[in-house]
Amino acid sequence: MSVQAPNAERQIWIFTHMLRIREFEERVKRTFTEHPGVIRGHTHLADGAEASIVGALSHFKNGDAALATYRCHGYPLVLGSDPKAMMAEIYGRVDGLCKGLGGSMHLTDVKRGFLGTSGIVGAGIPHAAGAAWAAQIRKKREVVFCFFGDGASKQGAFHETLNIASLWKLPVIFVMENNGYNVVTTTAQEDANAAAGEPLAVKAKGYAMPGVTVDGADPLAVAATVGTAVERARAGEGPTLVESKVYRLSAHGNIIAPPGVPLHYPEHEAITIFGKREEYEAALRGDPVPRFRAALVKSGVLSGAKADELAAQVAKEMDAAVTFAVKSPFPKLESALDNVYA
Amino acid sequence: MAQLPFIAAVDAGIHQEMKRDATVLYFGQNLATTENHPFVAAYGHERVRVTPISETAEIGIAIGAAMSGLRPVVELYMAEFMLVAMDQVVNEAPRFRYMSGGQVKVPLVLKAGFGFAAGWAGQHTGSLTAMFMGVPGLKVVVPSTAADAKGLMATAIRDDNPVVFLHHYLLTLEHGEVPDGEHLVPFGKAEVRRAGGDVTIVATGWMVPRSLAAAEKLAAEGIQAEVIDPRTVAPLDLATILKSVAKTGRLVLVDQAPRHATVAGIIAGDVAEHGFSSLKAPILQVTARDATVPYSEPLEAYVIPDEERIIAAVRTVLKARR
Repeated sequence: MSVQAPNAERQIWIFTHMLRIREFEERVKRTFTEHPGVIRGHTHLADGAEASIVGALSHFKNGDAALATYRCHGYPLVLGSDPKAMMAEIYGRVDGLCKGLGGSMHLTDVKRGFLGTSGIVGAGIPHAAGAAWAAQIRKKREVVFCFFGDGASKQGAFHETLNIASLWKLPVIFVMENNGYNVVTTTAQEDANAAAGEPLAVKAKGYAMPGVTVDGADPLAVAATVGTAVERARAGEGPTLVESKVYRLSAHGNIIAPPGVPLHYPEHEAITIFGKREEYEAALRGDPVPRFRAALVKSGVLSGAKADELAAQVAKEMDAAVTFAVKSPFPKLESALDNVYA
Repeated sequence: MAQLPFIAAVDAGIHQEMKRDATVLYFGQNLATTENHPFVAAYGHERVRVTPISETAEIGIAIGAAMSGLRPVVELYMAEFMLVAMDQVVNEAPRFRYMSGGQVKVPLVLKAGFGFAAGWAGQHTGSLTAMFMGVPGLKVVVPSTAADAKGLMATAIRDDNPVVFLHHYLLTLEHGEVPDGEHLVPFGKAEVRRAGGDVTIVATGWMVPRSLAAAEKLAAEGIQAEVIDPRTVAPLDLATILKSVAKTGRLVLVDQAPRHATVAGIIAGDVAEHGFSSLKAPILQVTARDATVPYSEPLEAYVIPDEERIIAAVRTVLKARR
């Protein structure tokens, strides 16, 4: 099995979506200061994981499905969801992707194959396996992308599901985005493999499936690794665990505070809890978005001018999402009682 | 009509739906391990599978399959085993339709026995119905007859929502007339098991036959009790209960769960709010005593409501003046 490397056009597609995720989330973050009070509750940003998200989903085909966690803004953008509807959802408005009933943690776009997002760590992993069982029955070589974090690999749901998925050879790709932190706990503080200096991908061994670790800041490396896993799944050979090593460039989420206290994003836990400013600054220097831009310019796939043009287009697209969402009205009160039952 | 044991009627309901609808799946622990298992023989391993002891994954997989257009029935055996996976039952299955703004349906059935008060001690005897009935998005079914077991299972499978199907273990081998062919029992429609004008008794599961037995003894003294079996507690047919209370003015609620974990308490609140003017006596609740169900036979019997306690409650409400 060999996976076709993305051609120049596809590499630009990957870069564009990385930019779109970054710019969308920059505006989520800025909303806390530019439109205070508009975003409620808890939001979680994927900055630093863009390369991993887009590289993995570069293999997504019509009929496939993807499921993720509460850190879920990136995936639907890649799958074609309208950023206006996504932002309106995060603002709790009637034009939201989920009619304002879900919010930032529960983005869903079934038409585009984005089946759902659980806010409970690890809980969505078996849902992906269930979707993969449905794909197995359909026999159309469709697969399911299951995204979760390193923290979820300590949940029973993870272990139970990997066992069954391997046993039943379900067409699912388990993409663990290992960002090194479970909120304010480092992976080495909570994971026996990490503490022993092993990659988290070794957990796959316990379930008789391949486990691979990849640099999640390199979209082409992720595309190659996930591509192999996707081919295996489409061929009916079963699941793969991909550990994609990323660095989350924002804090776990915005501050948790009662109403009246303005919300904002604090500094990263590496700084606020562990005092490791150098670790964080090194991560910033490795930021996958400028890193991939430089690689594309260096290889001649993209000129600097064309990259700037793309960035300007994306900025405009995401500004329009904010303008649209902030003007979208709140849903009718009675709509709170819709959709309780089918 | 055929005479079938309750548990065979449940299976008949699953067969009925698996035959007509290829999207129905049936899976769980310790089933489908041989090729001559009746469900495997009929529908194959694609749709009928044995699972490891992994309730969280079993129910979670059902949710994902349901969101992808299938209709899974999960065999969980005992209601307590759902507690292992309570997040999936309470905080996953019933949330996805809502949180997605109606984009997905999660049609699945969680089949579990409950209330096995036959020496199964503290962890296999619970009556957990009320724990599920207040969860928006969940439906909760508690059949008490073989016919309803078949018809409610079939309706549960056709329903587009997650349904907790709780069958009482002590009814497993009770025989009853079960309609042949397609049989469906609607949700949210209580059955008046016995008509009477003096007092209304509401009970579910195994408490239904106990209440009916109590009613027969009371009838010998000239007291006519009306016994209502809600059959589904979510949705709950409050109208039938209120109509009966309007006639009798007296209400006794019988529930196998401990005092503050009952369906009875919820019905009592609703009747107090919507039917107060009909009441000639305070509502009485006959529930399990507040203890873990003990192993020793006489202690177990002491904790769980019996005919004598139901009869005593009826006598009390009949004496009360208001």
